[in-house]
Amino acid sequence: MIRLENLTKHYGSFVAVDDVSLEVSRGVLYGFLGPNGAGKTTTLRMIAGILRPTDGRVLLGGDDVHRNPIPAKQRLGFIPDRPFVYDKLTGAEFLRFVAALYGQEGETVDRRVAELLEVFELASWKDELVEAYSHGMRQKLIISSALIHRPEYIVVDEPMVGLDPKAARQLKDIFRQFVRRGGTVLMSTHTLEVAEAMCDRVAIIQHGRIVAEGTVDDLRRQHRAGDASLEELFLKLTGGAQVRELAEVLGAAP
Amino acid sequence: MTQPSLWRVLEPKWRTAVQRIREERSRGGSGKLVVLLVVALGFWAGVFGILYKILGVLRGVEDVGPLLAGKILGVALLTFVGILVLSNVITALSSFFLAKDLDLLVSAPVDWLRLYLAKLGETLLHSSWMVALMAVPVFAAYGVVFRGGPLFVPYAVMTLFPLLVVPAAAGSALTLVLVNVFPARRTRDLLSIVALGAGAGLILLFRLIRPERLASPEGFRNLLDFIAVLRTPTSPFLPSEWATRAIMTFLRGELDPLPLVLLWTTAAGTVTIGAMLHRALFAPGFTKAQEGAERFVRGAWWRWTVGTLLRFLPVAKREFVIKDIKLFFRDTTQWSQLILLAVLVVVYLFNIMALPLHRGEQVGFFYVTLVSFLNLGLAGFVLAAIAARFIFPAVSLEGRHMWLLRSSPLDLKALLWSKYWVGTVPLLVLALLLTGLTNVLLQVRPFMMIMGMLTIGGLTFAIAALALGFGALYPQFETENAAQIPTSFGGLVYMMATIALLGAVLRTLWTAVYAYVRAVYEGQPVVVDAWMISWFAVAAVLCAAATALPLWVGLRRMERFEF
Repeated sequence: MIRLENLTKHYGSFVAVDDVSLEVSRGVLYGFLGPNGAGKTTTLRMIAGILRPTDGRVLLGGDDVHRNPIPAKQRLGFIPDRPFVYDKLTGAEFLRFVAALYGQEGETVDRRVAELLEVFELASWKDELVEAYSHGMRQKLIISSALIHRPEYIVVDEPMVGLDPKAARQLKDIFRQFVRRGGTVLMSTHTLEVAEAMCDRVAIIQHGRIVAEGTVDDLRRQHRAGDASLEELFLKLTGGAQVRELAEVLGAAP
Repeated sequence: MTQPSLWRVLEPKWRTAVQRIREERSRGGSGKLVVLLVVALGFWAGVFGILYKILGVLRGVEDVGPLLAGKILGVALLTFVGILVLSNVITALSSFFLAKDLDLLVSAPVDWLRLYLAKLGETLLHSSWMVALMAVPVFAAYGVVFRGGPLFVPYAVMTLFPLLVVPAAAGSALTLVLVNVFPARRTRDLLSIVALGAGAGLILLFRLIRPERLASPEGFRNLLDFIAVLRTPTSPFLPSEWATRAIMTFLRGELDPLPLVLLWTTAAGTVTIGAMLHRALFAPGFTKAQEGAERFVRGAWWRWTVGTLLRFLPVAKREFVIKDIKLFFRDTTQWSQLILLAVLVVVYLFNIMALPLHRGEQVGFFYVTLVSFLNLGLAGFVLAAIAARFIFPAVSLEGRHMWLLRSSPLDLKALLWSKYWVGTVPLLVLALLLTGLTNVLLQVRPFMMIMGMLTIGGLTFAIAALALGFGALYPQFETENAAQIPTSFGGLVYMMATIALLGAVLRTLWTAVYAYVRAVYEGQPVVVDAWMISWFAVAAVLCAAATALPLWVGLRRMERFEF
């Protein structure tokens, strides 16, 4: 289970994440939604142990990520939004390196590397330096690296960015299978159709605070939205007026 | 359509620079500014002081003096131009073909001339600021000693400016042609090897012809020969020669506009030719620059060798070390600097060999011991400079990958440990080789050999730890080019701290070494007593503290990093 307790993050006087508490149970694919700058990435980076919270704590399977990081991170696979990888390693070397960070090596790892590269259609690129990879290929490599050590939890920031339709579909299938086998996925995304189709539960964050949480049906009931789509609900909760203004601005252009 | 002004094209760069200064100031960077100013002023004062003394002496020597002063200026300016051409070629590659703002500028309706001038200006500024600053005390010394008067200041600026423009335009044009032949990323690899190879070759050549022999009067048949040599220009077609003539004729009070005219027209001509080449070749070159340097790599070699050697280590540490070694040797811009390093080591040893020490028995022993002892400081400084280049940037270079390292169960101690040993082991080998060979060449006695090897060993551990610690304290996560990281403020503070450590350790050991020299000189037996051992112990404690403390501070700092 992923559990956030009163998680808060300040950057000077700016409050990026404000007293966020939520729980993601085993076998759940959880969508973390919000407009740009709402605090999604900061929250996910705190869960991954990259940023230290100003207050509150993050528990992964009962272990505090910041007080007891090694066992907590051992169970985690993190996929960031920006695919920074060592340019001078090959794809296969990068995956083996990541496996080593989790204390894994040997034939099992080699087999797993080959499997993942095959799944993401990178097998013919395995001995090429990453500097020759396209943005989408790097994203696929990073997704593979998050799966290499067979994590229990996957925390993923904007997974579909840069992926071709086939890879995007594969990733959706992988996540669905992963949660079906008891894994947990916490995913931030702007693609609301994907969130609506895939996620068991969602949370919407704005100005660093959770403004809605539950299944999509729960949200419709809570906000008396009838059979509105998640997109309409999202716009209602996060400022649809701005979208209308934007449409007017675009319409006014010569 | 009205074109944006040149200022508009340059504005993002300027605003970024201003914002960076503001951020520095808001982070309490005034202290940094004061340190930088003190160091810069100290450096300027040093260069000015030395030149002032030399030129003062030369001015008093009739006929030959001013000619020699002119020759010195000519050599200095020629060196400047040489450095500028190399530096402009490499900088132009980044600013014209690899910079992040190029996509925006090339896709915007900005005409080719504005783009060229903006990028030329950027190249000029990035590659010439250091030479321009260095020229200030040099010209100031000439102006003061030869009484150039207040008009000399604008005159010197008028002379220096075209001298900076010519290599910038020529270097950019050369890069433009090269990029059209090779892909930009390959060109960068090629240039770093060629530039360093050329630099290293020049240093080696210059040293091996032993210029100090030219200073011996027996080298010239008579004074007239000597004056004739001094009067001959190095090369009448070099801009540095025109600048020298412009400065020296002004200082002699003569009016000769030709050198200045030559400088300015050449600068204008080079920029025009550069612009024409840019118009014709930039678009195909820029397209070519987008090609990646794709390479098919099989990395099994490192796994077999280093991997087998480090079998005893936990897998995370082992793979981290292998990863660092692979990254180093696959990046041409990193390993190519080893060429320069190898040449500097050869020159260093050659200098020791060339010392005329073994002419008299007793004096020989004293000077041999003194040189061997002072050599520890010099070797320490060389090691500090190498650590600044290769170990100091280690933490900064992980910046973009911290998402992976911090989200994995890798202990930060293991990360620091790997970085420390990957840097320290080769540094230690070099340190022991440098000191050991020097001591063999100097034919020192066993006492100095053992003391020297132990001291340089201890210093190496401390120097590497200081480099890593200060690198973590002053990280440069935004900089992609490892070579730029040591020139940051943190690099400066690291060098100052290391020099202080070298001074403290050598001062501590000097008492023991002095006692040893006196005993041998007076024919007494050398006794390593408790008093002598206590000085060695103090030096050892200093080295140990300078090893442990920076690593501890660096680790604490890394734990607080946020990305």
